Amino acid sequence: MKDNGIFEDVKILEFGQIVAGPLISTYLADYGAEVVHIESHKRPDQYRLYPPFKDNKPGINRGLDFAIYSHNKYGITLDLRHPKGIEVAKRLVKNWANVVTENFTPGVMKRLALDYEELRKVKPDLIMLSSCNLGQTGPYAAHPGMGSHLTHLSGFTHLSGWPDRDPLILYGPYIDFIGVVYGTIALAAALDYHRRTGKGQYIDVAQFEGGIQFLASTLLDYTVNGRIQERKGNRSDYVAPHGAYPCRGEDRWCVIAVFTDKEWEELIRIMGEPDWSKDPKFATLLGRKQNEEELDRLIGEWTSTLSAEDVMAKLQSVGVEGAIVKNPQEMYNDPHLKQYLWAEMKHAEIGKYHVQVPSFKLSRTPVQLRRPGPLLGEHNEYVYMNLAGFSREEYEQLQQEGVFE
Amino acid sequence: MDRQGKTEYMLSPYRVLDLTDEKGFLCGKILGDLGADVIKVERPGGDPARKIGPFYEDVPDPEKSLYWFAYNNNKRGITLNVETADGRELFKRLVKTADIVVESFPPGHMDELGLGHSALSQITEGKVVMTSISPFGQNGPYRHYKASDIGIMAMSGSMYLLGDTDRPPVRTSIPVSYMWAGSYAALGTLMALFHRQMTGQGQHVDVSAQASAAWAADTGPFYWEADGTMTKREGNAIAGRSIHGAVMRAAYPCKDGYICWLIYGARSGAITNKEMVKWMDEKGMATDWLKAQDWDKFDPAHATQEDFDRIMEPVSNFLGTVSKKEFQEEAVKKRIMGYPVSTPKDIMEHPQLAAREVWQDVEHPELGTPITYPGPWVKLSQSSCGIRRRAPLIGEHNHDIYVGELGLSEDELKESKERGII
Repeated sequence: MKDNGIFEDVKILEFGQIVAGPLISTYLADYGAEVVHIESHKRPDQYRLYPPFKDNKPGINRGLDFAIYSHNKYGITLDLRHPKGIEVAKRLVKNWANVVTENFTPGVMKRLALDYEELRKVKPDLIMLSSCNLGQTGPYAAHPGMGSHLTHLSGFTHLSGWPDRDPLILYGPYIDFIGVVYGTIALAAALDYHRRTGKGQYIDVAQFEGGIQFLASTLLDYTVNGRIQERKGNRSDYVAPHGAYPCRGEDRWCVIAVFTDKEWEELIRIMGEPDWSKDPKFATLLGRKQNEEELDRLIGEWTSTLSAEDVMAKLQSVGVEGAIVKNPQEMYNDPHLKQYLWAEMKHAEIGKYHVQVPSFKLSRTPVQLRRPGPLLGEHNEYVYMNLAGFSREEYEQLQQEGVFE
Repeated sequence: MDRQGKTEYMLSPYRVLDLTDEKGFLCGKILGDLGADVIKVERPGGDPARKIGPFYEDVPDPEKSLYWFAYNNNKRGITLNVETADGRELFKRLVKTADIVVESFPPGHMDELGLGHSALSQITEGKVVMTSISPFGQNGPYRHYKASDIGIMAMSGSMYLLGDTDRPPVRTSIPVSYMWAGSYAALGTLMALFHRQMTGQGQHVDVSAQASAAWAADTGPFYWEADGTMTKREGNAIAGRSIHGAVMRAAYPCKDGYICWLIYGARSGAITNKEMVKWMDEKGMATDWLKAQDWDKFDPAHATQEDFDRIMEPVSNFLGTVSKKEFQEEAVKKRIMGYPVSTPKDIMEHPQLAAREVWQDVEHPELGTPITYPGPWVKLSQSSCGIRRRAPLIGEHNHDIYVGELGLSEDELKESKERGII
């Protein structure tokens, strides 16, 4: 077996920025693909401009978001608006890439003459993936938007929060990450299809369409029953208690979910059989649902005397669901997330830091960590000369002409 | 054939045996959307997840769960009791016809049954790809912890970031962690399958629902690593976009619901801000401060809370006077970034999804009516994605698979049923 990773013959040229496009190739790079990320000094990847910055000091190479999601890639600068910019990009496709990804607003790649029809003239069996909010076609295709906006359009915020309060935005460009996983799935399948048939293809990922897959049951509830599901805090129709309860310390919480009467009896025992818990009104799920507010308050009184760690350990010891609401610091320390999410790397300006890798482990082909997120233009010389095949004279000439600005 | 007339599916050569419960349904569903032959293996009597609502016409019935319908379409269905020795033998015969096995039993259970990855590898010359989905992964101190969606969201770190500042953290009101887990499982499975096709070697894909849902925490934890800042839930607002810690509202009440409008910089933000101020000015609702700003130079990363407040207050007043539909139409025309906050009804009525032919009417002969589903989630130039069959009834394909494919006689099938194996 070759040991360069699953996708070692996959060479991805990546246009675009932030999460929705770039993270797709990062996932494949983690498993062996060679990826070149294109940005420019005039238009650096906007994610480089977002906080957090290392030590809260802004700097083009100090942003954590970019560095975390772009590891294992080569970073180059190329001004696509320079008269020679497109020719240079096409040279990279012709001489090196077999996959192109992009997440500009629809229409931009066509205006640049870098759309699929143009690029397949250069590489007939090219696989090209475009990811955007609403899709490449349709009346609203060209309407720009960010992931933080789209999380609202796709129904997630309506279903997050309390019935008596505003909908809650989910953290960050939430839906981008759904588009990323669906997009990477489509790309991996297209790579296998190419392996079998020799055919490339164009992949049009609309993050809106991936997002609503997550909500399919609520959509069926509307089409079939005419019901518009609403946000309901932490409540569940079939489970009580079901919520996050306050624990000792500042902003400490433990989730408790009791599915059966037997689990309820175990919880009573763990709580030390307080008098209130013997009230027959709490003995059945129906009763607990009917008196849920009171139930939540009484359980909260018990949890408030304990640490979240204690509550979780006590409940799990008797087979009842208890779970710490882990905060960012705990995410880094979590013994499972250390195995299934985080990987440590070293960055020239950020120092030691953690990147995120896909949330699974493959028994034969572990994730490969080769490079941290690239500095702006870090790999120009290597990529243009070794991958695109420009001579040193050509490279220096282009540099002088400002093509790499 | 799909609406573009394409008949090819990327994954049509492959067969998947799907032993998952609700934590893993989406994995097989996604592989099926791309053409794989997915066989859902349920316990005799049907999967307990068939009791999850909502139900067709609100009638609780294992054959009418809309949750089941939503995530098990594109699968055929058989019943099999793998807890019995004869059931396991039948399962092994099935595995020889399959490329992929997906399961979500408690970690170690498949090994205890003699159906773990090494056992299944042996009977497939090392070729099978086996995907195991569990709350915390197959290894580590929490592997046997009980966890449903809310517990997974809590432990993932993403729940800490969702909620009003004066109330407990919340989960999204539907089990999204199972979707995160199922989708990542489909990705890991395809990576392992690609590797298998290149090398002949299958492998074990160990998926953590907790780590999958941790992607929903997005960039929240990174502040801790950057400078020790503990990101907190901010309600209907976004913090962390400014080095001064300024907070911006995310959704504003409008005439008939909410509208999401956010403060951005760079080119797309400048267009949005200019056009928004222009639109507000037409209605006499733009302030002098707003009109005086040079939006090409405005950078939210360096803005203060006062800057944000001077934008948000008039914007809030203005958005209160428009409807969701009016905002959407004008925003498209003016290239203003922002969308209505959709309910399921709004999603079903969105013109873009209709134009993209996302909705598929899927026949349900047993109900005597088709049901409209969200179908394809990607457009492919060479191949198709979408729903080819509704979710299976309990044991619907027992005869096709056991008699038609494995060669059991009618009597053997009948006997296996009577003995509780099928």
